Amino acid sequence: MTALPASTIADPDAPARAHWKDSDEAKGLMLVSPTLLYALALLLLPILIVFAYSFWSQDYLTIDHSFTLDNYRTALGEPIYQDLLWRSLTISLVVSLITVMVSYPIAWFISFHGGVHKSLWLFLITVPCWTSYLLRVMSWKVILGYQGVLNTGLMSTGLIDKPVTSLLYNSNAVVITLVHSWAAFAILPIFVSLEKIDRSLIEAAHDLGDNKIRSFLRVTLPLSLPGVISAFLIVMIPTVGDYVTPKLVGGKDGVMIATAIQAQFGKGANWPLGAALSVTTMVVVSVMAGAVVLALKFFVRRIR
Amino acid sequence: MADMISIRSVSRYYGIYKALDDVSLDIGAGEFFSLLGPSGCGKTTLLRSIAGFDTPTSGDIRIDGQSVIGTPPNRRPTNMVFQNYAIFPHLNVEENVAYGLKRLKLDTAEERRRVGAALEQVRLGALGKRGANELSGGQRQRVALARALVMRPKVLLLDEPLSALDKKLREEMQVELRSLQKAVGITFILVTHDQYEALGLSDRIAVMFGGRIAQVATPKDIYQHPLTREVADFLGGMNFMKARVTGETAGELSVETHRFGNVRVSKPLGFAARDGHATLGIRPERLRVLWDDAEADHSLEGQVVDRHYFGEITHLIVDVPGMEKPLSVSETNNFGADDIPVGAPIRLAYDPDALVALRD
Repeated sequence: MTALPASTIADPDAPARAHWKDSDEAKGLMLVSPTLLYALALLLLPILIVFAYSFWSQDYLTIDHSFTLDNYRTALGEPIYQDLLWRSLTISLVVSLITVMVSYPIAWFISFHGGVHKSLWLFLITVPCWTSYLLRVMSWKVILGYQGVLNTGLMSTGLIDKPVTSLLYNSNAVVITLVHSWAAFAILPIFVSLEKIDRSLIEAAHDLGDNKIRSFLRVTLPLSLPGVISAFLIVMIPTVGDYVTPKLVGGKDGVMIATAIQAQFGKGANWPLGAALSVTTMVVVSVMAGAVVLALKFFVRRIR
Repeated sequence: MADMISIRSVSRYYGIYKALDDVSLDIGAGEFFSLLGPSGCGKTTLLRSIAGFDTPTSGDIRIDGQSVIGTPPNRRPTNMVFQNYAIFPHLNVEENVAYGLKRLKLDTAEERRRVGAALEQVRLGALGKRGANELSGGQRQRVALARALVMRPKVLLLDEPLSALDKKLREEMQVELRSLQKAVGITFILVTHDQYEALGLSDRIAVMFGGRIAQVATPKDIYQHPLTREVADFLGGMNFMKARVTGETAGELSVETHRFGNVRVSKPLGFAARDGHATLGIRPERLRVLWDDAEADHSLEGQVVDRHYFGEITHLIVDVPGMEKPLSVSETNNFGADDIPVGAPIRLAYDPDALVALRD
C-alpha cells in the first residue's frame, strides 16, 4: 500500500520524466473518470445499442445482424407511423406552448411580487411532484371522467344537464394532463432567469418613457428568454415520447409515438423497427427543438 | 433664477423608519445641485422621489411648476443615470441610447441624428455598434449619460454615478460632467457621499443626515461656514473645542477659549448655547506651522505626537497643553513639514477669523 505514493514522490533518477500522468489535466480526468464512465455507460451505451438495432432486422426469434435500411423505410413511410409522429409533435408543441404561457405569469409573479415568501411559493409549486407521476395522471381521470369532478360540478351549477363525454380519452385530456404535470419544471427555469434580471434595468426603461407593458416586452421578456427556451425544451422533449399519459387518459385519439414504440418492443416483437422509430423520433425532436429556439429568438428580436 | 424643482415638506416613512423627514428644498433651473450625505441619510430616497420611483408619504414635489405626485416616472420630465448605469445588456450602444426615442416615433434620420449627437457629446461616437458587455466602466457611464440626455429632460438625476470608477477616471469624469452640464444647461441633481465630488462639481450642496437637510449652501460657504458639527465633520477634517459664551448679539458670539483666546465669531442660524458653552471649530489647514523664529499675531505651542504623510501634504497631530484633544494640522510639504520628527516641539499660527461656531 505504501509503495505506490513512495514511488511517485521520490524518483530522483528520472527528473525528465515530466509525464502527462502527473499533469493537472490527468489528475482532473482521474477524478472525474469513475462518474464519467458511469454516465457514459448509462447514457451513451443504450443509445448506441438502439442505434445499432435500428439497422438490423428481426428474423422471427433471432436478430439478423446484416445492415438494412428497411426499418427506416417503414418508420418514415407507413402512414400510421407518420400520423403518430406528427400527432406526438403537435401535442408536445401545444403542451409546451401552453405550459410556458401558464408558467410565465406564475414565475413572474413569484419573482417580482413574491416578497419575502419567494421560497415558500416555490416550495408550494413542487408539492404536486411529491406524489407519483402515475398518481397525478390518474387523478385527472377522476377530474375529467364521465362521473368526474368537473362533470358533476358543472351539472350541479346547472351549466350542463348531462355529462360531457369529450373531456376524457382524447388528445385534449393528454394536453391538460401533461401541462399540469410539467408546469413546475417550466416555472423554475423561467423564475431563475427572471430573478437574474437587474431590477434597475426595468426602472431605467420606465425612466426612458416606457409604461409597464412596454418595459415588459422590451426588457423583461428578452432578458428572460433563456429561461423561456429552457422551459420550452424541458417540457417539449420529454412529452414527445411520453407513454404513460396517452395510455391512461388518451384513449384511441390520444395515442402517441411512444405507444407504437412500446408495441414494437413488446407485443410486436420487432425490436429493430422499434429502434428505428426511436431514432427517428430523437432526430425529429432535436430538429424541432432547434427550430423552436430560433423562432423564439427571432420573435423577441422583432419586439424591440 | 426660476425654481425648476420645489420640494415642500416631503416625508417618507418605511414603517416607523423615517427615510425623509420634512424635507423642503428649491433647486433652480440650470443649477448643478448635489445631495451629499453618508449612506442611509435619505439622499437616494429623495432623488428617487423626484424621479418617481418612490412616492413620498406626505408633502409635494413640483417640477417646473407642475406637481408630480402620482405621475409615473415615464411621464416626468426627468431622466436618471443609475448607480450601476443599468445599461440594457441585450442592446448595443446605439440601441441603448435610442431606447427612449423609440416611443417618440421620430423618423429614422432624425432618430439617428439625435443618437449620433448624444454619443458625440459624451465622446463615444466611434462605439455605436459596441455590445453592452464590451464596455469599460467609464464607457458604460457615458452610455448612461447619453441615453438620458438624448431625451432632453428638464432635470438630469445622477445617482452616485462616479462611485464605481477608479480614482483617476473619476476625476476625469468629474471635469467632463461639469462641462457637459454647462454645455446642455439643464438642471443636474447629483447624489453623492464623496465630499470632494460635491465641492468640485456643484453650484450648491445640500448636506443630509438622518432624513433631514442639515444645510444648503454653495461649496465655499458650506466648507467655510458649516452650520452644525455634523456638517463640519462630514466635509473634511475639523478640530473641535468647547468655548464659554461671554456675550451674544443677533449675529455674533463672543467666546472665551482655552488656547485661542477671546474671539468673536458669527452666530450660526438656530444657535443656542448649552450651559453657556458653544462648540468651536477650526479646519486643519487653517493652522500653519511657524518655522524657526517666525512670529505671528496669534500662535500656540505644542508637541508633535503623530504624523501622517499624504504626498503633497502632511497631517501633524499636535498635542497642545490645555486642549481636550490633540489638534490636527494639515501643512503642505513645500517647507519640509514631512521632516518634522514626532516628539518635536512646534509652534502654530492661526487667524482668529478661521474659527467658526457650530450648532451641536
